[in-house]
Amino acid sequence: MATADTTVSARARARSLRGSLKRNRRWALILSYFFLIVFALFFLVPPFYMIVTSFKTNHEMVNLATNPWIISEEVTLKNYINLLYNTDFLIFLKNTVIVTLCVVAITMVISVLAAFSLARMKFWGSGFLATGVFLTYLVPDSLLFIPLFQIVKSLGLLNNYWAMVLVYPTLTVPFCTWIMIGYFASIPKELDEAALIDGAGYIQMLLRIFIPVALPGIIAAMIFAFTVSWSAFVYPMAFLYQSDQLVLTVGTVTSLIRADVFQWGSLMAGALLAAAPPLIIYAFLMDYYIAGLTSGATKG
Amino acid sequence: MAEVNLRQITKIYERTPAVRGIDLDIADKEFIVLVGPSGCGKSTTLRMIAGLEEASSGEIWIDGDLVNDVPPKDRDIAMVFQNYALYPHMTVYENMSFGLRLKRLPNAEIKQRVENAAHILDISDLLSRKPRQLSGGQRQRVAMGRAIVRNPKVFLFDEPLSNLDAKLRVQMRTEIKRVHRKVMTTTIYVTHDQVEAMTLADRVVVMNNGRIDQIGTPNELYHAPRTKFVAGFIGSPAMNLLPCRLVESPGGGLSILLSERLSLAVATKHVARYRPHVGKELIFGLRPEHITEVRPYTNGNTLQEFSVTLDVVEPMGMETMVYFSVNGAEICGRVAPNAASSPGETMQLSADLAHVHLIDPATELVL
Repeated sequence: MATADTTVSARARARSLRGSLKRNRRWALILSYFFLIVFALFFLVPPFYMIVTSFKTNHEMVNLATNPWIISEEVTLKNYINLLYNTDFLIFLKNTVIVTLCVVAITMVISVLAAFSLARMKFWGSGFLATGVFLTYLVPDSLLFIPLFQIVKSLGLLNNYWAMVLVYPTLTVPFCTWIMIGYFASIPKELDEAALIDGAGYIQMLLRIFIPVALPGIIAAMIFAFTVSWSAFVYPMAFLYQSDQLVLTVGTVTSLIRADVFQWGSLMAGALLAAAPPLIIYAFLMDYYIAGLTSGATKG
Repeated sequence: MAEVNLRQITKIYERTPAVRGIDLDIADKEFIVLVGPSGCGKSTTLRMIAGLEEASSGEIWIDGDLVNDVPPKDRDIAMVFQNYALYPHMTVYENMSFGLRLKRLPNAEIKQRVENAAHILDISDLLSRKPRQLSGGQRQRVAMGRAIVRNPKVFLFDEPLSNLDAKLRVQMRTEIKRVHRKVMTTTIYVTHDQVEAMTLADRVVVMNNGRIDQIGTPNELYHAPRTKFVAGFIGSPAMNLLPCRLVESPGGGLSILLSERLSLAVATKHVARYRPHVGKELIFGLRPEHITEVRPYTNGNTLQEFSVTLDVVEPMGMETMVYFSVNGAEICGRVAPNAASSPGETMQLSADLAHVHLIDPATELVL
């Protein structure tokens, strides 16, 4: 009898424990969804506002009686036409694409080689150098642009978008190298040793083993370099001033804001078009990006 | 096919010696196993032979060539790693052919070699798969395949079975032995598992603390260990080792005093050997299988009966392990399945003193 009672009470305890775990999980999910929705709304409001405004007429925009969140008069493409035909937007876009592609290429070559040597070819001072690379990343560009101005000027590259190809890597290389060091360090040492025994040299090891294996990390680093280069503002603001040399971020703003006159519709259209390429790239490579960043984070 | 010779090989990591001047001659086609506990220097020795670590001093000879300064790829060796080290982005075929492609061998030859190796290892139907689509045992086979295709002078195995479950380990052990008999390549195999060492090796090298304690066939190591370490390391369950004193017995023979109540007479054949050590404190060593239940029809004057109270009884099916203590030390005996008494009860046991080992505690050498 006593045994039967004990069994029944044990079962009841197990049931109540399962029940409480279920309740806990439900509450955790409710809280997670709540904060995720708040977070998503908060960050989706600006792009939404941008889209809505870019299709509004000037008349509706300045009319304070209308609802700013919806298009209540007519949908217009005038802002886009103004942006594309009356400003140098397409030149800014071309300059940005050239600068960004070059910066991504330069960054990847430097950071993959640097990370490989720092993570794998243990040499005197490699640990110190790796930390040094990361510390460089901590210096903000708003401080760096003053000394860099002197350097760019002495090179004769002021008001030349190729100067951006030279200075953006100061922002991208340290972080990308840091991500790649973490990623390379997470690749088992035995893989290099197997490759060494198989007859590979360091370059073959890098090209045929490390780069393919570390592809998620490399893509994450590429996306980072792309984003930084595409959206940089301080350096082009400081080093470029003629419209044929400007890039999207600074060009759009300087062409569409004249003194205290803001062409809001075209500004929003410009912002939307400028944000499109990174958005598309993110959407396609998001999984790689997350895999790359998290791997670097845990093993770095 | 090649001999491997090590001459006074030393490896020192920042003042900490990992390998302390070892000499080893490995014959052509021999399967030699380096065994020892973690940190004994066995893997470091293997890695020095592979060229993955530089020897601090000494000479490494492979097939008559001094290879100390030769890079791993030119030593004509192949290595199988503990975690397989397969290239995750390549198929099995690409993994196995990677080394051959780097050597720029003709495609037809590469294909033939890979297919041969795949046939030997029974992995022909896996050639187009990626490593992540394979089980642990299949990955291990591919790692061996990658070694075989290179047709090297020496195979090096670094604890290749440690990541496998117990059943698969036994299966792969047989596989490795079968492959060795087929390809007959000099093989150096590192493991910390003495059962693996005993079952695979032509000769076993027992390493301890950076030195070689003993080299011998599995039988030699088991029956005639030279040091206390080898005696205790080889064999499962381990040899019983406990302090004793050697004394003269009234009839002119010798006795081993294990406790105030337990004294065993030294077998006649050992008396002359042990006599110089009379009166000394020694270590008594006897394997569990030489402590059995009293068997009625066994003869020989080396068997001695004694009575003990059992602490633990472990039935294993085909035999039962019994544990009891003598002077605080736990002793293990191996008895017939139904012969054991229950724990806490007294049991009459028989020790075969023909197999006793006496060890000098100062030198830790078997007398």
